[in-house]
Amino acid sequence: MAGITLDSLTKSYGPTEVLHHISADIEDGEFVVIVGPSGCGKSTLLRMVAGLESITSGEVSIGGKVVNTLEPADRDIAMVFQNYALYPHMTVRQNMAYGLKIRKMPKAEIDRRVQEAAEILEIAQYLDRKPRQLSGGQRQRVAMGRAIVRDPQVFLFDEPLSNLDAKLRVQMRLEIRKLQKRLGVTSIFVTHDQVEAMTLGDRLMVLNGGYVEQFGTPIELYERPASVFVAGFIGSPAMNFFRATADGLSVTLPNGAVVPTAQSARGGVICGLRPEHLVRDPSGPIEMEVELLEHLGGVTLLHGPLQGTDQQMVISLEGISEVQIGDRLRFSLPPELVHLFDAQTDRRIG
Amino acid sequence: MLKRVHFPASLLPYLLVAPQVIITLIFFIWPASQAVYQSFLIEDAFGFSTEFVWFENFEYLLQDDHYRDSFGRTIFFSAAVAFLSMSFALILAGFADRVIRGSTTYRTLLIWPYAVAPVLAGALFLFMFNPTIGIFPYLLEMVGYDWNHYLNGSQAMFLVIIAAAWKQVAYNFLFYLAAMQSIPRSIIEAAAIDGAGPIRRFATIIFPLISPTTFFLLVINAVYAFFETFGIIHAVTQGGPANSTTTLVYKVYNDGFIGLDLGGSAAQSVILMFLVIVMTVIQFRFIEKRVQY
Repeated sequence: MAGITLDSLTKSYGPTEVLHHISADIEDGEFVVIVGPSGCGKSTLLRMVAGLESITSGEVSIGGKVVNTLEPADRDIAMVFQNYALYPHMTVRQNMAYGLKIRKMPKAEIDRRVQEAAEILEIAQYLDRKPRQLSGGQRQRVAMGRAIVRDPQVFLFDEPLSNLDAKLRVQMRLEIRKLQKRLGVTSIFVTHDQVEAMTLGDRLMVLNGGYVEQFGTPIELYERPASVFVAGFIGSPAMNFFRATADGLSVTLPNGAVVPTAQSARGGVICGLRPEHLVRDPSGPIEMEVELLEHLGGVTLLHGPLQGTDQQMVISLEGISEVQIGDRLRFSLPPELVHLFDAQTDRRIG
Repeated sequence: MLKRVHFPASLLPYLLVAPQVIITLIFFIWPASQAVYQSFLIEDAFGFSTEFVWFENFEYLLQDDHYRDSFGRTIFFSAAVAFLSMSFALILAGFADRVIRGSTTYRTLLIWPYAVAPVLAGALFLFMFNPTIGIFPYLLEMVGYDWNHYLNGSQAMFLVIIAAAWKQVAYNFLFYLAAMQSIPRSIIEAAAIDGAGPIRRFATIIFPLISPTTFFLLVINAVYAFFETFGIIHAVTQGGPANSTTTLVYKVYNDGFIGLDLGGSAAQSVILMFLVIVMTVIQFRFIEKRVQY
């Protein structure tokens, strides 16, 4: 078991720098999710840790040892790929045993480990099948099995759930989480799905355009997003943003509504309000005309423009609401739940 | 119901396929039928008299030691050409697959030999290995080896094998490279993470995964070595010395046009025709099924 340290890691393709000085400390046994939109460099970062991508500058250490120049095979890692990357000409058993055979492990030990992993993953009855005879979920398990029989220091997951259907994805997500806790192996998991990220990770690294926007626990990211990007990325439906003018402990929205805040600021700011934090309040400052309703059962989503502007916003009300399309409603929220960001830098204020 | 498309004149479709049909008839069906007919005839060397003899030509061939020798030689030649050109192409493709910078240049250069006509390929090797003026005999002499493929049958065989294989490497290379590039990168990466080095990855992952291509090329190369190497042999050795490089195809030419035994030559070409039909059937039957993995 080992922690991972990234020290000012940079990746360039020719003159184009795609990852900019990424530093992070991942503790032993921790489950870290790297999340971000496609093209943000998250897979590249993972592949640099795996040794599949060269490192332009900076250092990767696993268990306190710098592994920059080590081959992937010598880093004591296991990786689960998006397309599973099972060896199509080998049976499930051979797939799982491949890495152990190369390490010249005694046959009895290989058999024992494969059997054990197969039982953990409930694929023992498929051991003699070829990958093409398995369903997507089963292949996913085999790929996991191939990783865990090796008993590596680090698991790397490269969007392993994105080829599964929605139901299976939720199920596998829980299983991966349980398995990781049970084995206690340090893991890095790459995904573009924020729900996956929030549910899996002990900590999340939000990447955007090759920069780390924020690195923290899911709750930290939700409660104190460090930037407009993180605030908009984490949480569903996404946060509402308004350009506003701050004046001490209140901000003025574009339509003149004055919203009290807990954080003091002055001048141009971006004001962020989470849809689920807004509550009905006949004397509240925020007025919206409902244009569209989405009944999701547990919550009702109200879509419409902020009164007096053409800026769309979303409000999430608990339960099945009796609100009708065309209603004009007023809302308010506690001052400490108003997020303020600097209008120039997009960074959080306070 | 869909409306069926009608051409106003029913002649048009026939006109459109006519060129292909005419070419096939003139250059394939007619000569093939002539060969079958000829194979039943015995003609004197001056063409004054012909006699219809049914299968006498075939009976004679099957008892002929020269013919049987030539058969064995052809099989050896084909196996050697297929093995050499395929293994060399496989190695080249394996390396080209790993090259990142300038890969297009490598590939283009490696494909060039395929554009060379067989006779020219033969002429190339003829000059390089010419005992009097060639560079290789000169170099070999420096290490004390005496090269003269005009006198030494094994050397002559070696030379035509090399020349024929060299020309086919480009073709095999192309197919092998395409096959290797169709293997998902992540499978190779997974093997690398599992601890397999480049050679081991090649042996345990890449080679098994391209086995359908290997089988396809095996058939193609056998057909090539059997039937398409006439130009090379003709340019390099003319079947000699002492028939040591006379393959079946070369013997058809030699017996028919040099020896003027038209009936015997035709009988040989009919046998070859059956062979190529058998190989084509094998190819279609098994390539369709692919090699299972």
